[in-house]
Amino acid sequence: MAVSSEPRDHIPGTMTAASYAVIGALIVGALWSVITAAKATDWQMAAHAWVFAFAFVAGIFLIGQRHFNAMESGSPEEGHRYNDGVVKAGVIATLFWGIAGFLVGVVIAFQLAFPVLNFDISFINFGRLRPLHTSAVIFAFGGNALIATSFYAVQRTCRTRLAGDIAPWFVFWGYQLFIVIAATGYLMGVTQSREYAEPEWYADIWLTIVWVVYLLVFLVTMARRKEPHIYVANWFYLAFIVTIAMLHLGNNLAIPESIFSSKSYAMFAGVQDALIQWWYGHNAVGFFLTAGFLGMMYYFVPKRAERPVYSYRLSIIHFWSLIFIYIWAGPHHLHFTALPDWAQTLGMTFSIMLWMPSWGGMINGLMTLSGAWDKLRTDPVIRMLVVSVAFYGMSTFEGPVMSIKAVNSLSHYTDWTIGHVHSGALGWVGFVSFGAVYCLVPWLWKRERLYSLALVSWHFWIATIGIVLYITAMWVSGILQGLMWRAYDAQGFLEYSFVETVEAMHPFYIIRALGGVLFLTGALIMVYNCWMTIRGRERAGEAAQHPAIASGLNAAPAAQPAE
Amino acid sequence: MANNTFSHERVEKNSILLLVLILIAVAIGGLVEIVPTFLIKSTIEDVEGVRPYSPLELEGRNIYIREGCYLCHSQMVRSLRAEVERYGHYSLAAESKYDHPFQWGSKRTGPDLARIGGKYSDEWHRLHMEDPRSVVPESVMPGYPFLAETPLKYGEIQDDLKALRVTGVPYSDEDIENAKADLLAQATPDADTEELMQRYPKAVARDFDGNPEMISELDALVAYLQMLGTLVDFNAYENADFKQ
Repeated sequence: MAVSSEPRDHIPGTMTAASYAVIGALIVGALWSVITAAKATDWQMAAHAWVFAFAFVAGIFLIGQRHFNAMESGSPEEGHRYNDGVVKAGVIATLFWGIAGFLVGVVIAFQLAFPVLNFDISFINFGRLRPLHTSAVIFAFGGNALIATSFYAVQRTCRTRLAGDIAPWFVFWGYQLFIVIAATGYLMGVTQSREYAEPEWYADIWLTIVWVVYLLVFLVTMARRKEPHIYVANWFYLAFIVTIAMLHLGNNLAIPESIFSSKSYAMFAGVQDALIQWWYGHNAVGFFLTAGFLGMMYYFVPKRAERPVYSYRLSIIHFWSLIFIYIWAGPHHLHFTALPDWAQTLGMTFSIMLWMPSWGGMINGLMTLSGAWDKLRTDPVIRMLVVSVAFYGMSTFEGPVMSIKAVNSLSHYTDWTIGHVHSGALGWVGFVSFGAVYCLVPWLWKRERLYSLALVSWHFWIATIGIVLYITAMWVSGILQGLMWRAYDAQGFLEYSFVETVEAMHPFYIIRALGGVLFLTGALIMVYNCWMTIRGRERAGEAAQHPAIASGLNAAPAAQPAE
Repeated sequence: MANNTFSHERVEKNSILLLVLILIAVAIGGLVEIVPTFLIKSTIEDVEGVRPYSPLELEGRNIYIREGCYLCHSQMVRSLRAEVERYGHYSLAAESKYDHPFQWGSKRTGPDLARIGGKYSDEWHRLHMEDPRSVVPESVMPGYPFLAETPLKYGEIQDDLKALRVTGVPYSDEDIENAKADLLAQATPDADTEELMQRYPKAVARDFDGNPEMISELDALVAYLQMLGTLVDFNAYENADFKQ
C-alpha cells in the first residue's frame, strides 16, 4: 500500500520499500516454518510447515521475477487504468476450485448412497471429505468469486485503480495458500470440528493476515474513489469483509496443544461454544454467502441488463436491516437443545424477521430487469442471474419457515437442512457466480463475446435440472426421515428403528447424487466455454443469432447509484 | 439536503463512517445473545457426576473429531418426546461443560450418540468399526479398520491437559503429572486403577479393542464411546429438578 507515496517515474512491478518489507516477512516466515517442521510433534504439522516454507520461498521468487520482468520490458499492467491481472487470476481460481468442490460433493453423495466407496481408507472417508467439499465450494469457489468480483467492481464503481502493488496479489496467493492448507489438513484429519471453520489454529492465523490485507486493499481503493458516492455493491462487499473478520476471530479462539502441534482446543465449551459456533455458522451464510453475493448481484445484474438498480431507497433499507438482523439468527440451529430457551426464541424471532430484508434484496434484483425482461429470452447469462435471484428468494423464504420451532423439531438433523442449504448454494451462490464469470471472461480478456451462448443455455438447463433433482430428493428424504423418527405404532411405541430410516433414504441419496452429477456437468461445460473464449475462439454460426448482446467492452461505464 | 437532518448520503460519501456503522450493526446481535450465557448462572445448572475426560477418553474424543464423526452423529438429545424415548433423558447443558469444542452436531445420518455409553459391548464396537455392515447390514457408515491397527500416540497428553486447563477445565497438577500413567492404567487389563478412579470417577478401565498387546486408537475411541452419557445418574433426579 506504499503506492501513493511512490515517485511518478516508478515502473509498476519493480521493487518498492513495501516489496522489501514483504520479502523480509516472507524470509522470517520461511525460517519459522522450517523450525516448526523440524520440531513438529505430529506429522500433519510437519507436512503443513513444509507447505508454508515452500509457499513463502515461492512468494519471494515471484516478487523477484516480477521486478526483473518489469525492469526489462515494463510491467504488463502498465498503462492500464485498472489492475485486472489479479481479477483474471481470481476468475481462473474460481473455475478450478468450483470443479474441485463440485466433484468432491458428487463423490460424498455417492459415498452416502454406496458406503463401499469409502474404501476403508482414512484419507478419503466421508468424515474427512465432507469438510473438504463444504470448504472447497464455500471458501475456495465462493471466496475466489467474491475476491475477483469485488476487486473488479470496486475499481469500476470508484473509477480508480486497485490500491496496493503487491497487496492484491498477496491477497490472492495468500488465500490460495489458506485453501491448500485447509484442504490437505482435512484429508490428514486436521480439524477443529467447527462446521465451516474446520481449519486449525495456524491456518486461522494465516487467514487473518490475508483477510486484513484484503480489507485494507478494498478500503483504501474505496477511499481513493473519484465518485462522490460509494456504490451499493461496495456496501455489501464491505459488510461481508468486515463481518467475516469479526466472526472468524470470535469463532476460532483456541489454545493449541503446543505451538509445534496441529491440535488445538476451543476456548469455550458446551453451550457457549455451540452458540458461538452457530453465531459464526449462520453468519458465514449471512455474510459470506449472502451479503458478498448480493454485492455481486448489485454490480452484475444492472450492468448486464443495462438498467439502473430498481430502488435506491429499498437498497438502503434492506442493506441495514439485513446486516443488523442476520447476526441474531444463529440460535435457530439449536432449537430444543440445552441452549437457554430465551436464546432459542430470540433466534427464531429474528430469523422470521429476516425474511423481509432478504426479499427486499430479491425484489431489488429482479425489478432491475424492468424494461429489459426481453433479455431473459435472448441472453442466457441474464437468465442465469435472474434465476439465481429467484433461488435466493426461495431459500430465504424456506429458511425462516425452518427456523420456526415446530417446523424445526421435524426438519432439524435431517436432509431437509441439506436440501435447503443447496437451494441457496447451487441456485443462488452458484448461478450468480456463473453469471458473473460469463460476464467477466469476455470483459477481462477483451473478447467481443463468449465462445458460445448456446453452451451457456446448455449449462443453465442441465444445472437447473440438477438442482431441482437435488432439492426435491432432499425435501422428500428429510421430511420422510423426520416423520419416521417420531412415528408411533398403535401400542404407543416408536414405530421405526433408526436403521430403518437410514434404509428409507437410499433411493433419494441416489437421486441427489445424480442431481450433483448434472450440476457438475454444467460447470464443466462452463469451463470449456470460458477456456475457448480466452483462446479467442467464437463458435461458428452463433454470432448472427445473438447480435444484441454487447460484450460490455463498449457499454456504458460503471453502474451508478440509482439516484 | 439539509445538513442538520440525517441523510444516508453522508454515509455513502464516507467509507470510514460506513465501516464503523456496519461494525456497530453487526456487533449488537452477537453481544446480546452470547454475553448473557456467560453471565447468567442458570445457563449451566450444576449436575452431580460430570467430570473432565480421563486422558484415554480425551484421546478417543480427539480421534472422534479427527474422523469427522460429528458430521453424521449428534450428541444432543432434544427435549422432544420421540427423542427422549429413543435415546434417553434429554441432554443437559452441564453434560457438555467440559467439551472443548462441543460435539452437539447438526445432522443425524446416523443415530444420536449422547447416551451411547454402555449400550453395546466392546466387541460390538470393535466389529462395527472394522466393518459396520457386519453388525448393521443397512448402515451407510464408512469402515474404520485402520483404528485397530494404529498405535495410539499419546506422547503429548500432558500438553493436551495443560491446554485444556488454560480454557478452564479443572485438571489439577496431579492430574497432569499422572496423565500418562492414567492413560496406561485405563487401557491395560488388570492394571492398578485405584488412583485413576479417584481422579476420574466412573471411568471404565479395560482392554477395549480386544488386543492386549497394543494400546490402539480403537482402544481410545471405544473408551470414549463407552463413557458417553454415563456420568450423570438420572435416577437420582427422578422426582426432583428435571421432572416437568
